[in-house]
Amino acid sequence: MEWQAVQQAREVFLSGRTRALEFRLQQLQALQRMITERETDICIALKQDINRSQYDTPLLELIGIENEIKLALEKLTEWAAPRPVEKNLLTMSDEVYIQKQPLGLVLIIGTWNYPWAVTLQPLVGAIAAGNGAVIKPSELSEHSSLLLRALLPRYLDKDLYPVVLGGVSKTQELLKQRFDHIFYTGSSSVGKLVMEAAAHQLTPVTLELGGKSPCYIDKNCDIRVACRRVTWGKFVNCGQTCIAPDYILCEPCIQGRVVECIRQTILEFYGADPKSSPDYGRIINQHHFNRVMDLMEGYAPVVGGQSDASQCYIAPTVLKDVPPHSRLMQEEIFGPLLPIMTVSDMDDAIHFINEREKPLALYIFCSDKKATKRMIEETTSGGVTVNDVMMHYTLSSLPFGGVGQSGMGNYHGKHTFDRLSHQRACLVRSLGMESVNLVRYPPQDRHRARRVRMVLKSSLIDLSKRTFIWAVSVSIIAFGLFITLLVILLIASGLNCTCWYWRGFYN
Amino acid sequence: MEAQSQVVDRLRSSFRSGVTLPEQFRQTQLSRLLSMLKENEEKILAALHDDLAKPKFEAVLSEVELVLGEVHYAISNLRSWMQLEYCAKNMATKLDDCFVRREPLGVVLIIGTWNYPLQLVLSPMIGAIAAGNCVIVKPSEVSPATDRLIAELIPKYLSQDCYAVVSGGAEETKALLQHRFDHIFYTGSQAVARCILQAASVHLTPVTLELGGKCPSVVYGRVNIVAAARRLIWAKFFNAGQSCVAPDYVLCSKATCDTLVPALRAALQDFYGTEPQTCPDLSRIVSQKHWTRLVELLEKSKAKVVVGGETDEEDKYIAPTVVVDVAEDDVLMQEEIFGPILPIITVESLEKVIDFINSREKPLALYVFSDESSVINTVLEKTSSGGFCSNDGIIHMTLPGLPFGGVGASGWGSYHGRWGFETFSHRRACMMRGWALERLNGLRYPPYRDDKLSWLRWTTRTNCSIM
Repeated sequence: MEWQAVQQAREVFLSGRTRALEFRLQQLQALQRMITERETDICIALKQDINRSQYDTPLLELIGIENEIKLALEKLTEWAAPRPVEKNLLTMSDEVYIQKQPLGLVLIIGTWNYPWAVTLQPLVGAIAAGNGAVIKPSELSEHSSLLLRALLPRYLDKDLYPVVLGGVSKTQELLKQRFDHIFYTGSSSVGKLVMEAAAHQLTPVTLELGGKSPCYIDKNCDIRVACRRVTWGKFVNCGQTCIAPDYILCEPCIQGRVVECIRQTILEFYGADPKSSPDYGRIINQHHFNRVMDLMEGYAPVVGGQSDASQCYIAPTVLKDVPPHSRLMQEEIFGPLLPIMTVSDMDDAIHFINEREKPLALYIFCSDKKATKRMIEETTSGGVTVNDVMMHYTLSSLPFGGVGQSGMGNYHGKHTFDRLSHQRACLVRSLGMESVNLVRYPPQDRHRARRVRMVLKSSLIDLSKRTFIWAVSVSIIAFGLFITLLVILLIASGLNCTCWYWRGFYN
Repeated sequence: MEAQSQVVDRLRSSFRSGVTLPEQFRQTQLSRLLSMLKENEEKILAALHDDLAKPKFEAVLSEVELVLGEVHYAISNLRSWMQLEYCAKNMATKLDDCFVRREPLGVVLIIGTWNYPLQLVLSPMIGAIAAGNCVIVKPSEVSPATDRLIAELIPKYLSQDCYAVVSGGAEETKALLQHRFDHIFYTGSQAVARCILQAASVHLTPVTLELGGKCPSVVYGRVNIVAAARRLIWAKFFNAGQSCVAPDYVLCSKATCDTLVPALRAALQDFYGTEPQTCPDLSRIVSQKHWTRLVELLEKSKAKVVVGGETDEEDKYIAPTVVVDVAEDDVLMQEEIFGPILPIITVESLEKVIDFINSREKPLALYVFSDESSVINTVLEKTSSGGFCSNDGIIHMTLPGLPFGGVGASGWGSYHGRWGFETFSHRRACMMRGWALERLNGLRYPPYRDDKLSWLRWTTRTNCSIM
């Protein structure tokens, strides 16, 4: 039955229903209504899935989706408009532009940690770009998936955006179907399988993966504020965030202070017993609970460490002097364990980071702008936030995505629209002025060849609006200056004009 | 001879050393590439002639000048491409520095092909160098003279620590693909592209695929048939039809076909004379294998040859050929022709033309010849393709402002001009915050409250322009 839904979505797309901008705007408005009207249901589902607090849900997911929709509604006409580009002498009288076209049917595979954000944010871009979409939410966030399947057809077009539920085998089946783009959020290991499956159909992919996002705290910075920001980013959603600061790098002389500041902040945020705080989450399931607990084995935490398997609860935990070869430092933690590894200085930290896979995010806490700039220049990562964590994710004008093992492609705001569109190069010529073309036709000789070379070498003319306005303004100013110069010269030469105006002036 | 793994390792440690990062280094390499082309033009033309009997005019126009244009363009624009791109902010980030930094990916692999053996390797390489990467280039073994020349010249002009040429056939390419690269740029066929994607998925390597397909050429409505025929002939038989963006077949009505065929015949005569085999302006098929493939297509086809049809195995020559009465399931319509055979399929309405195109894979290029702008606009709006050109062929790929690439089965990603630079760059989002306004940050910290949430909604509202 689901394959029929996928087939139906494709047929409806091919019928051209999504072409009109009005249709896309209507769908986006409907999605907006869904988020606003069903916020409570969504919060309940997330509470059941991952014990997310009712404040964290809007904060971490819904506000982001709402902002994406608002931006798309405001800017869609601009994004979808053809974009004129530079011409050369040969194409001077032609129309040269980039036409934005939908790709077709996009498959969006979500994950369980922010099940609404990672499916609906790409969906906003897919709708705006005029695509149909098949959404496959994660089976691990069961309540959210069921709710999404119930809600989406009630608000959006019933044919174009089917939701398909299921586990690994369902996803594998789905990957055998033909899509025009696959947008996957999840782990690197599954990312490889998705890309491999996409290879059969030559389907382009966007992979939003993960990795270990390092957080460097320099000894020259406001450690107290730094630790508050890091604590927030680390323990929100119980550490289950792809861009959470995975581990801290700092010099041994400040390690103690860092530990204390984090301890203080945990107390401030969650109280003496985080288990009873309504604002602290849980691990998604037993499997991940065991996985995270195993990572800690053999290391004594300096903060936290308590757990309760029946609730999948792990306290906000800090471990210090963690050696680089420990398991904690090998795989993405994705849980509320914060290891601190000491480095001798910033250079040592840069070296450590560069020896490892390119992370999804890098965090630098440092008051020295020059040093910060150097650290950015000497490393690479999907994104960077300096003196805070995760915030680069919240600004939709910044492209969000990974590099290397942390992913390929990026999205948010216009970047999603561009990612899920085909930018079609268009040259619209007329059949007139055929004499100009004669130089390129055979039979060839040296003179024709030289003329063609000359035409091809001509500098490009950018007749886009801005350059045109600039060119016209400069011409007007130049002309004005010329007239002024002429007048000055006339006056300076003391010409006796018979003009009545000058007669009046001289008398 | 250095083993492949040694080459890859050497380039990787050069990249890690940071030598390719400064603008000056990249400019120097691009200037040297310029010198390489200018100082060796005769050798280049000779190699292209050896491989494809490429006429000097075609070689200059479509290989040398195209690449020279790309290098000049990159040199003039590199600084602006490398600039930080400042982005619009919202209330919460008003005081922060938010920008995108373009960073090189690392060591990239460019696999070329034989029909434009110089351009299809150097053009992407320019983008890769400009973006600050180290590059391994694997030219096609099917055009051996150009392959050898590239292998000789690149190490002579460019930094040997950062750029290398690896030659060889399918086995060597397979071995090369076992190594880890930070981007793979492939031009060629769909079948090989699948293998490349499989190999890339092991390391999560992003790819750009410049593939092909059958590029339809619609001739419809009121049209200056003489001009249309000339442009169509030029685009089709350039490089003896061996261009990924050559018009593969024509779609027109029966009436148009009746006026088009004589116009095509006349244009062919004007261009190549009555004995095209003696004309120096016509290329040859690249190899015996490809010649045989094309001749077999012609033999198996049930279509009627109305122009040309002559072949000469020793010369790898196939005359510019036009065939009519082509059925939709004819063997000529099953795969990309990639040769000097032009089938004309008659379809009676514009709707049927569009259906015909849309029922097939998205092509790399789509052409429409018509004096009626409504015809052009209808086809433009109702179809999709990598690129589109009305009333001409191939020319759209000479403009560096336009992204050159496919969609669907014809490929993904694009290059030329800035697009090449972007393809080989990582756009890293950077947000530089200050220490002040920690109270504002307090809105997001637990313990949570309703009023904090309302404030947060307000401060993270859609972007305000920084202007």
